Amino acid sequence: MSRSFSATILHNDYQSSLFKRLVVKPSSTVILPKPGQFYMLQTGDSFDPLLKRPFSIFSYEENTLHFLYRIRGKGTHSLSKLKEGTDIQLIGPLGNSYPAPEGDFIAVAGGIGIASLFPLLQKFEKRAHLCYGARNKAELVMVDEARKAAKELFIATDDGSAGGKGFVTEYLKHCLDSFPGAPVYACGPTPMLHIVAKKVRDRGIPCYVSLEEHMACGIGACLGCVVKTTAGQKRVCKEGPVFAAEEIIW
Amino acid sequence: MVNLAVEIGPLKLKNPVMTASGTFGYGEEYAEFVDLNRLGAIVVKGLSLTPREGNPTPRIVETPAGMLNAIGLQNIGVRAFIKEKLPFLRQFDTPVIANFFGDTIDEYVQAAEELSAADGVRALEMNISCPNKQAGWIVFGTDPKTMDQVVGAVRNVTKLPLIVKLSPNVTDIGCMAKVAEDSGADAVSVMNTITGMVIDIRRRKPVLANATGGLSGPAIRPIAVRMVWEVYKAVKIPIIGMGGIMTAHDAIEFMIAGARAVAVGTANFIMPTATTDICDGIEAFLKEERISDINDLIGSLTTSKK
Repeated sequence: MSRSFSATILHNDYQSSLFKRLVVKPSSTVILPKPGQFYMLQTGDSFDPLLKRPFSIFSYEENTLHFLYRIRGKGTHSLSKLKEGTDIQLIGPLGNSYPAPEGDFIAVAGGIGIASLFPLLQKFEKRAHLCYGARNKAELVMVDEARKAAKELFIATDDGSAGGKGFVTEYLKHCLDSFPGAPVYACGPTPMLHIVAKKVRDRGIPCYVSLEEHMACGIGACLGCVVKTTAGQKRVCKEGPVFAAEEIIW
Repeated sequence: MVNLAVEIGPLKLKNPVMTASGTFGYGEEYAEFVDLNRLGAIVVKGLSLTPREGNPTPRIVETPAGMLNAIGLQNIGVRAFIKEKLPFLRQFDTPVIANFFGDTIDEYVQAAEELSAADGVRALEMNISCPNKQAGWIVFGTDPKTMDQVVGAVRNVTKLPLIVKLSPNVTDIGCMAKVAEDSGADAVSVMNTITGMVIDIRRRKPVLANATGGLSGPAIRPIAVRMVWEVYKAVKIPIIGMGGIMTAHDAIEFMIAGARAVAVGTANFIMPTATTDICDGIEAFLKEERISDINDLIGSLTTSKK
């Protein structure tokens, strides 16, 4: 079983005007992904875009790999144009994974960060107190599915177009007070992760953040994705993407 | 049967496909994707006497058919390499070429001495694209006089085949190659990355934390092919050609232009099996063309322009 393989696109469908879900069927037996791991995906058939792009595994079902992505830059625009039946190259599963929670847990998702946390919500069904935030309603995706998988769901948007108005981290405080000792898992923009880390810091509970950084290879060679930690520089692709929050030098 | 073996000075390679420094880690990162025994040589990530942290992030940005990197030569240092990485690489029937650099001539010399004494290092590749702190930040690889000094100094302390990796950021790369040859280099690598820049127009800031970076990938290939051709006309020592090689077709272009071997770089990031795929493709091409020895291909370019 090689972690470098080709797969056929079965679906590449819009979930909303901003988000698509890609479903691919590998041409060979592949290694099963764990929650929090990611894949490098070919996003086009030319040298522009040149590099593969990292995407968190969204779900794995009956020999198909599912990815949820927001159409934002060159890579995701190119990926969004690929048709069913197209073969693409993938590398994965890559990186480490979220440590399994023992009981109920708190999950904080910012924007497309929900994609990385989703396998955790599904694997430990009805155990997550999920705080899910985005800029506005249009930037939220898979809300019904998240509600189903989580124990409870708090939604926050910057403009109040869905859920509470304000930052998702406000709900985090509520969850931390209501469920003392529950570990925290977070994925989203770095400023959000930093706030999460700060809010959890003095409570003595585990807090895991999944980081994002520019990377060319995904397998530890290019050294593009390093992050400063208390134990020196680490590679997001190899030693991460999941880190203990207190380990990161923000 | 076709002969794929080539010689880089005293160094014998079973095929001409090597890895480009900085794109293949210390080899172990690719061991699960590539049979390392099948490579012509492994050129490891650039080493300095002492470990380097490198630059802040973002260190990488994609460009049309290419990428800019400003990793800043992050590495574990010569001693940690010898102790922690070399034993793994010694298991394979593939020569290890240690790429190294320094900020001063003394650092180059000391790194070269320590690498030369290590069991398993078969050749040295000098990265001379870094600034010379002694001479007030003149880049070793762009000033003929400083280049002569540093190559000469390293030549005096090593018996290993010495490869000098040339910078393309010069007016006449043929002239620089001649300096390397006259200073005692056994071979030259042509070429390193081309300095470039990408700007975030909303923030009016460079995308890379380091402002500029080295451009690699297919975007630079025609420049690299031209430079190999120019160097081939200028020197007698072997050339290792590199710059945006993605396929066997690309590698063969370099060899026709005069490269004795080729190095695959950015392609490793995109397709981890790029090196062996390219090697297979070269062999298939030779069979198609009924060429029994790859050495007959090297420098076989015919042109009406001299």
